[in-house]
Amino acid sequence: MARADLKKEKHEATEARISTLNMPQGGTWASMARNEALSRLRGMGLPARRDEYWKYTRPDTLIQQDAPAAALFDSLEPAVFDSVDRLKIVFVDGVFDAAASDDLSLSGVEIDRLETAAAADIHWAKDVYGRLEARGQTPVARPLAALNSAYATDGILIRVTGKAAKPISLIYTHKSEASDAILHHVIKLEKGAELTVLENGPAASRFNKVMEVEVADGAKFHHIRAQGRDHERRAATHLFTRLGSESLFKSFTLTVNGALTRNEAVIEFSGDNAVAHIAGAAMGDGAFHHDDTVFITHDAVNCESRQVYKKVLRNGAVGVFQGKILVKEGAQKTDGYQISQALLLDDDSQFLAKPELEIYADDVACSHGSTTGAIDQDALYYLRSRGVTKKEATDLLVLSFMAEAVEEIEDESLREEIVTRLTGWLERRSG
Amino acid sequence: MTTVKEEIREGVDRETVEAVREVGSTYKHGWNTDIEMEYAPKGVNPDIVRLISTKNEEPEWMTEWRLSAFQRWEQMEEPTWAMVSYPEIDFQDLYYYARPTSMIEKPKSLDEVDPKLLATYEKLGIPLKEQMILAGVEGAEDYQAEGRKVAVDAVFDSVSLGTTFQKELKKAGVIFCSISEAIRDHPELVKKYLGTVVPASDNFYATLNSAVFSDGSFVYVPPGVRCPMELSTYFRINAENTGQFERTLIIADKGSYVSYLEGCTAPKRDVAQLHAAVVEIIIEEDAEVKYSTVQNWYPGDEDGKGGIYNFVTKRADCRGDRAKVMWTQVETGSAITWKYPSCILRGDDSQGEFYSIAIANNMQQADTGTKMVHLGKNTKSRIVSKGISAGRAQNTYRGLVSMHPKAQNGRNYTQCDSLLIGDKCGAHTVPYIEVRNNTARVEHEATTSKVDDDQLFYCRSRGMDEEEAVALVVNGFCREVLQALPMEFAMEAQQLVAISLEGSVG
Repeated sequence: MARADLKKEKHEATEARISTLNMPQGGTWASMARNEALSRLRGMGLPARRDEYWKYTRPDTLIQQDAPAAALFDSLEPAVFDSVDRLKIVFVDGVFDAAASDDLSLSGVEIDRLETAAAADIHWAKDVYGRLEARGQTPVARPLAALNSAYATDGILIRVTGKAAKPISLIYTHKSEASDAILHHVIKLEKGAELTVLENGPAASRFNKVMEVEVADGAKFHHIRAQGRDHERRAATHLFTRLGSESLFKSFTLTVNGALTRNEAVIEFSGDNAVAHIAGAAMGDGAFHHDDTVFITHDAVNCESRQVYKKVLRNGAVGVFQGKILVKEGAQKTDGYQISQALLLDDDSQFLAKPELEIYADDVACSHGSTTGAIDQDALYYLRSRGVTKKEATDLLVLSFMAEAVEEIEDESLREEIVTRLTGWLERRSG
Repeated sequence: MTTVKEEIREGVDRETVEAVREVGSTYKHGWNTDIEMEYAPKGVNPDIVRLISTKNEEPEWMTEWRLSAFQRWEQMEEPTWAMVSYPEIDFQDLYYYARPTSMIEKPKSLDEVDPKLLATYEKLGIPLKEQMILAGVEGAEDYQAEGRKVAVDAVFDSVSLGTTFQKELKKAGVIFCSISEAIRDHPELVKKYLGTVVPASDNFYATLNSAVFSDGSFVYVPPGVRCPMELSTYFRINAENTGQFERTLIIADKGSYVSYLEGCTAPKRDVAQLHAAVVEIIIEEDAEVKYSTVQNWYPGDEDGKGGIYNFVTKRADCRGDRAKVMWTQVETGSAITWKYPSCILRGDDSQGEFYSIAIANNMQQADTGTKMVHLGKNTKSRIVSKGISAGRAQNTYRGLVSMHPKAQNGRNYTQCDSLLIGDKCGAHTVPYIEVRNNTARVEHEATTSKVDDDQLFYCRSRGMDEEEAVALVVNGFCREVLQALPMEFAMEAQQLVAISLEGSVG
């Protein structure tokens, strides 16, 4: 009875949402990929409150027909990564801004826009677009990602054959109070290629983004993202990646406020001896709900995965972490590590965590840890007894708490950019 | 070093083949008692519920309570979230009530019980005679010198055969009897507490149990009383195609203390059998309850044929301030285990502890853990879970730690370790952690590893064979939990750990 009701409810919500969207016209490959994604979406239905995978985050505002408005927010500080030499690609409320963007050319890299590439009948992206997303739909459904593959209006397709000369920076600005952006990026790193992708900005009042990253043998991919700090924006993002042997994948996300953020990452090891690190630092003050949902599948020998998630919460902010390490039969010598920690600065905040291990191979070392608590009073006392003010002492402890996540950023100047954001948040908050 | 390891590997393979061949014979309690039984007709419906109620000579309110639970159950769906898979259970193809015909006229005392039944318990090592003062857990006889008394309530299929030491317990004011007796003799207590910890509509299996429970144990320890002996219930499923649905209700009134042990076995049969029990514990101010289980239901054969499906709801409610509960479980049996003994820490300064060893071998599947719900101030909880998987078994720890906004200064520490023996099994950890105030401190750690080669090598180099070495390493891995068990149980548990892993090495 109940299960049938849920299915019906999801079906109705899905059809209602789809009715407001237009599938973009495209050439053969894109139409096929989009229609397949649509049938996947219909098969699973949009998430509902009662879905186990949405136990701690209400999907309502992410699936309702109209995007809830988000007031525009004028940040006085300079935008993140401003001082970094990079290739800029700008989207305003999900629409490509050619004037603000650099030329889409970089040596060793092929860059296309989804909108134009989709019009062609054939494109290299067809082997990746929607494919990694589809793989990521089992064992847990990610319907918002399928919706994205079906309806994304634009995005960037990047193919890297050598070592990219500089980072590619995706900048998402928000200029319309009620915008509903759906973007889909595909990144393909050929054997031995190297690329850093930066992302920043609030994007839209509601943002649905998918990034599929195929990392071939020996390739290296770095990803650093700072999600915009508008107070009311909502975002559901998915990062799907498949790693070849000896490859390296590193992703870091900083989230400072925002009404609702659900960042899902789906990482699959398909070649031996690869390394994937994924980290997140989230600071929430007030009406903030931040959800990190990570699923790592080890399907190869001797791979290393590391998840480091830190959240600092106050004034009723809610932090969620759902992390899973799945070690398939035969994925021996797996080294899996996962830590999720929350620092609750006051009594209103909440941290809800579900750190999972699912292991079918015996010669592995997997561990996870999760802690939640307030600022360590002893450490605070120690600092204060040395003449540090309470605010400074607290800030210092918050920064050191975040350090393990931030240190996952390899590049020093990029790491500095992020630390500046963190300190900015600490300075802005009162008391 | 490498050559030595290879030698072990080769040795193992040979031993494994032999051990696996023998494994069918390692479940020691797999025999059955040939005895004349009386059954209720197969299936479950309001008439069966009424019949069970009538057989137990229950008052009208109890029948009504059951019937409303049954109505509720008909609306419910079997849960599917646990990491276990089994063929669909046909709930209409089971006997919900089976009792030895010799129990139709309830014997006045244990002396009048059918000798065949008494012999059953004798054979299981549970003497139901008071002069034999120790619960007959194997190996414990040598320790009789300590003179510890254990009162036993023996439940055979759907009925309680009797309870030992009732008089002596009565002197102390403790009520220990079967729940059917309690419903007749102490209706005010049963009415007051039954279903207050696990509501009749709590979950699919608990609701079914509320409708059809046939017997079980009842304990009431009055204020200020330290129960003079350990209490225990021994559950035996004997009849074929029968579900056992027992209900246990334990009330520890203000400032009292009781330690309660539970054991269970069943004959080997090809067809899986259902066991859906409910245990409710109420702990008032300053009272303490220790509840220890050694669950050794028939696990099925090495191909997963037969075995008990164990779907159990156990919950303790620390209602008063400074109330304390400790669950200790050694789960070695059952084809399917679905069990989450929980603690509701309502009273300020109340404490809950959960110590668990879950071993799954061959085709066994265990999904077990605990819930610690912190509602009161300064509440503390501790979870130590050791899961061991071998053969083609799946073993899951599933738990919840919840700190409510009012649970100021709540503390939880959780340690979940999994050990894998062999590369065909699985070990999983699914913890839920919900922290809703910042004075609470919650720490969770989990690790998964395999039996340490160095430790094995060390044991082997001292002349132990592979299985002994594994048993020793595993016992070391479980030490923290074994130490939390009452002495007699700890010994049995230690042996069980070794037996359950027989044939798993390789």
